[in-house]
Amino acid sequence: MRLLGKLGLAAAACLLLADVAAADTIVKWLHIEANPAQVKIWEEVARAYEASHPGVKVEMQFLENEAYKAKLPTILQSKDRPNIIYSWAGGVLKTQIEAGVLDDITEQVKGYSDSLTPAALAAFTANGRVYGLPTALSQVGFLCNKELMAKAKVDPAGIKSWDDLLAAVKTLKAAGVTPIVVGGADKWPLHFYWTHLAVRIGGKPAFDAALRGEDSGFAGETFQKSGELFKQLVDLQPFQNGFLGFKNPQAVGYFGDGKAAMTLAISTVYHLQRALAADKVGLSEDKICWFDFPVVSGGKGAPTDTLGGITGWLVTKGSPKEAVDFLKYFVSKDVQTRLAAGNFIIPVVQGADAGLNNAFMKLIAANLAKSNYHQNFYDQSLGPSVGRVVNDVTAEIAGGSMSPQNAAKAIEAAWKQGN
Amino acid sequence: MARRIANSPAIGVAETPFSSLAVRGPAWDGRFTVLILFLPPALLLFTLFVVLPIGEAAWYSAFNWNGFGRPTNWIGFDNYRFVLETRAFWLALRNNGLIIAVSLAVQLPLALTLALMLAERFRGSVALRMLFFMPYILAEIATGLIFSFVYDGDYGLVASIWRSFGAEPPHLLASTDTSMLAVLIVIVWKYFGFHMMLFIAALQSLDKSLIEAARIDGATRLQALRHVVIPLLYPTIRLSVFFAIVGSLQLFDLVMPLTRGGPADSSNTMVSFLYNNGISRMRVGYGSAIGVILFAICVTFAFTYKRWFMRDE
Repeated sequence: MRLLGKLGLAAAACLLLADVAAADTIVKWLHIEANPAQVKIWEEVARAYEASHPGVKVEMQFLENEAYKAKLPTILQSKDRPNIIYSWAGGVLKTQIEAGVLDDITEQVKGYSDSLTPAALAAFTANGRVYGLPTALSQVGFLCNKELMAKAKVDPAGIKSWDDLLAAVKTLKAAGVTPIVVGGADKWPLHFYWTHLAVRIGGKPAFDAALRGEDSGFAGETFQKSGELFKQLVDLQPFQNGFLGFKNPQAVGYFGDGKAAMTLAISTVYHLQRALAADKVGLSEDKICWFDFPVVSGGKGAPTDTLGGITGWLVTKGSPKEAVDFLKYFVSKDVQTRLAAGNFIIPVVQGADAGLNNAFMKLIAANLAKSNYHQNFYDQSLGPSVGRVVNDVTAEIAGGSMSPQNAAKAIEAAWKQGN
Repeated sequence: MARRIANSPAIGVAETPFSSLAVRGPAWDGRFTVLILFLPPALLLFTLFVVLPIGEAAWYSAFNWNGFGRPTNWIGFDNYRFVLETRAFWLALRNNGLIIAVSLAVQLPLALTLALMLAERFRGSVALRMLFFMPYILAEIATGLIFSFVYDGDYGLVASIWRSFGAEPPHLLASTDTSMLAVLIVIVWKYFGFHMMLFIAALQSLDKSLIEAARIDGATRLQALRHVVIPLLYPTIRLSVFFAIVGSLQLFDLVMPLTRGGPADSSNTMVSFLYNNGISRMRVGYGSAIGVILFAICVTFAFTYKRWFMRDE
């Protein structure tokens, strides 16, 4: 008996030891961040987490934006899928939830989730269940080059309405300045125009009605009109030569090189243009200006309504509990404050915006705080299938190969065909 | 080399190996053993990697499916209807037709002319052959990237040539009028060397005495070329045409880095159209329908061509 007891103890000890040896949990984290400075901080955060959580390893994996979107369905259904993945919320997230490839993390983030901006958390919540954590907010608006604007005697602060913008484009052209640069080959930078016009013209009610199929859905008046107004701009030929062949990073670099007066871009481009400029220096902060997307006369949207991204992280089905734990650490006040201080993000953790030390970032944060309706990008919001049709048709309006009416009809047709 | 390719089992199986087996007892036994031994693995691999995926694609094409889980939303032939109703599909089909036309009308004659010049051994002929063959060795994706720089309207080679004439350089890849032309030029540049090599190999294996006989009979060089050499090259030409057409139908990896099928679908091929819709948009059922249509076109072409033009090989 005693021998048996000893043997039992020895066996238990062996098991325990084995347990310790096998305790290395690997959290695979797949991201799409192209800014090396930001990735460096993430790496440091991951290493710091590992140091305070022995036995846990955080492995970073990278895929380029478009490649990531294309591979995601396959990745998610593989047995070797990453545990934490990047997300723009919206329709794509909805599809993933329906497919059952994500973990419901509601219980694990209880209490903690109160520290997040409610609107940002809501983007990752469906039917009252939380499927991911937001990490950053952004706003779409016009970045402008002060010198070029001054050269043409255009005052950016004076561009309040759509007609003001059209007038500014004409003045800039007359002064021999390329008014706007856009990465038309990627299509989505063009869709900002169409979507933001719809946000201004119809506001939230129009979008919600279209989702319900009311008022002729996306073929309705609001969306036809946004196409028409966009066409007004396109007819002025405001974009750089060959804009349909420019990929977004190229276009951002072009702006950074000081070759165009304006670009309609996500607020993060304010800093990104430096990395992508030919000289890697880009425009210094005193040379850039910003103005919100102009209002449309008679539009139902409020001038404070914003278009932009709500990005975050999802946890895939069957991931170790450490994945959520790491996420909570990553989206904590400390880390968010640090990223905010580096001007990389508009934070989503309450109080972390105190870290923002840059006037521009503070302005964007204030804009987002004022906004009662923050519309996620349509190409994300409407899911991969319909969203890409939105991108297609805006590029076609810009290229002159499709009428605004047909564009609106094409989106409605895609919406009816379903995801 | 050309003959060997023409008779290799993958391409030239017009004459079945066991057409006269029944009368030859011992040979039949031997071949039967070979059949028993070698057919099952081949059949298994063929079923696994060819029949099943195609069957699966055909099955998926009957569903409205986004690639997650198992397909459940049966819609019958609707995906085919959607495909045929799409303007971009017909554009892609037209572009494939254009690629075939240019391959046949420009690429092959160019390859043949160069082959006739370089088949003779002279100083530098081998170097020239390698030079012309080089583009074919280069990976498609790299070729596409290189040419996207060459065509760049701001910094590219084309732009500097244009500027040297004092003109405003065009952005060839960014205009619906010129994007396909730009892609076609790259295609010709990339593949003529391959066909040239096929022709050179065929030319070198020609029976020289026939040409000499023609010359002795008083034929000029051109007459000998037209009435002796070219007819002798017919099997290789037919093979080249076959490769050119099948290759044109499958073209994808050159288009993606150059234009991704754009702007406004102007340079899509069937396969890039499939990728842009089936993969990027997660419309797997729709993409499968495109795949099945493309497969049907390829198979119809391959069999018709074999039947009509390559019967004797």
